[in-house]
Amino acid sequence: MAVIEARGLTKRFDGLVAVDHIDLDVEKGEVFGFLGPNGAGKTTTIKMLTTLLKPSEGEAKVCGYDVVKQPDLVRKSIGVVFQEPALDDQLTGRENLDFHARLYGLNKREREERIEEVLKLVGLGDRADELVKNYSGGMRRRLEIARGFIHHPRILFLDEPTLGLDVQTRRAIWSYIMELNRREGITIFLTTHYLEEADKLSDRVAIIDHGKILAVDSPRKLKDMIGSDVITLRCSEPNRLKNILESISWVKDVKHHGEELSIYVEIGETKIPKIIKIAEENGIRISSITLREPSLEDVYLNFTGKAIREEVKPMIRRPPRFREWR
Amino acid sequence: MNSLGLQAIYVMWMRQVKRFMRAKSRLIANIVQPFFFLAFLGLGLRPIKLPGLRIGMSFLDFLAPGMVALSIIFASMFAGVSMIWDRQFGFLKEILVAPVSRLSIVVGRTLGGATISITQGLIILAVSILFGAEINLLGLIPGLLMMLLTAFFAVGLGIALASRMEDPHAFSLIMNLIMMPATFLSTAYFPLESMTDWLRIPIYMNPLTYIVDGLRGCLTNSFSIPPWIDFTVTIFLCAATMGVGTYFFDRSEA
Repeated sequence: MAVIEARGLTKRFDGLVAVDHIDLDVEKGEVFGFLGPNGAGKTTTIKMLTTLLKPSEGEAKVCGYDVVKQPDLVRKSIGVVFQEPALDDQLTGRENLDFHARLYGLNKREREERIEEVLKLVGLGDRADELVKNYSGGMRRRLEIARGFIHHPRILFLDEPTLGLDVQTRRAIWSYIMELNRREGITIFLTTHYLEEADKLSDRVAIIDHGKILAVDSPRKLKDMIGSDVITLRCSEPNRLKNILESISWVKDVKHHGEELSIYVEIGETKIPKIIKIAEENGIRISSITLREPSLEDVYLNFTGKAIREEVKPMIRRPPRFREWR
Repeated sequence: MNSLGLQAIYVMWMRQVKRFMRAKSRLIANIVQPFFFLAFLGLGLRPIKLPGLRIGMSFLDFLAPGMVALSIIFASMFAGVSMIWDRQFGFLKEILVAPVSRLSIVVGRTLGGATISITQGLIILAVSILFGAEINLLGLIPGLLMMLLTAFFAVGLGIALASRMEDPHAFSLIMNLIMMPATFLSTAYFPLESMTDWLRIPIYMNPLTYIVDGLRGCLTNSFSIPPWIDFTVTIFLCAATMGVGTYFFDRSEA
């Protein structure tokens, strides 16, 4: 049974098309990953599905309710964790949860039970009575996730749940999300631009770019789609080698990004000597060559024509200020 | 309105009261200014005789209700406008995505803002009584009604502004360019009767005049404008800003 159904969902802002006629079917109980670079239309889609933005065109049903005609029924059946923090930092963690639980109509006994339960699940029990302004980024995120499912939503929307968090915290959040999906059976719709995150958490992934969905399937099947192996190499004339390889029948596809060529083939270990031979015959020097299984990144590259990591680089790079000090 | 709506009103109110109780510095900052006005202007100019002051009424008696009214107006406006910070810090989204009507959000915020601002107003009233202002305590009953209407008017104004403004800095501009002169033209500091003729025109056009005069009339039995006009204008103002505030808020997107 589909708990999210969108048909031709579109949002325009002053002539700019942020989300362009997308169709979605999210099944009950699955973790659905919405993968795309910044500005691809992920947040806009979430805002439409959670009734915060009205679609310009098309329609969407969440838990069987129309997002435009029955917004209150949609709101009752979902939980949302936004990309930017949405906590009141002048209140304690427990008070934030209590505020939320009351807004969703839980009675006193339910509130008390449920607040303890969710605090335990995200490991915040001992810090619950501190003001949120004293929380770290990771704690805030955990509190928001806890808040998102306190009222037993049927779907939990997570918009970039680990954005800006360090690797350890990110892994902790992942395990909370998986635990939640397993234990409470909540359908999870999450957006991310981290490939590893989509790969690790999602049962199915939709790749979105420029407001359009380019592919939807399980990470495994998406990877299979592009072939069983990827050979990555660096060489003196990548463009020329790419042209040569593209005319060969056993090469499924060749992508050129940065200084590297990615060559998609079957049974890669037998193709490496052949590729080296071809390069030598054409006077092209190969400086390095590796063989690996395709990752979601290759899938992504295949569909969008650009590497996602090029876009996240500025975020992990140190600010110039610090480099000047050294 | 269903029980979920009432619950929403209650939590919105509760949140503001809790935040207010925790922000001691804000309470002090809000009370200090009228306190100084009362101390320096009220006590310093107490023996002064002005046209418009009833026989036996000191300048402090005159000033005290004005200060109470202004502090309620400012504190309420601030409570309404603080929605901008909720938007800035993302908390507004949490409220907008909840299954409660926008109306109950507005009502909750208004009641919260009114509770806070009237508390402050009463503290200032108590301070002025300590200074020796003569206040008609029986008049506190219609006075409280006036305070409530005033608070609703100003919270509504604040919400309307907050729903239309993206930038919190615009608020201080409005406060300085519009609210400051409006307070001086509201008879909060000087009686209407002591103003020159041409100044009375903007005073009569200023909505704050009726609020200040109405509250002063209740608390000191000294109206410059007939009380029914004061109350009618204030009720009208209150309905207008609450309506506009709710309308704008309903249309705003997080």
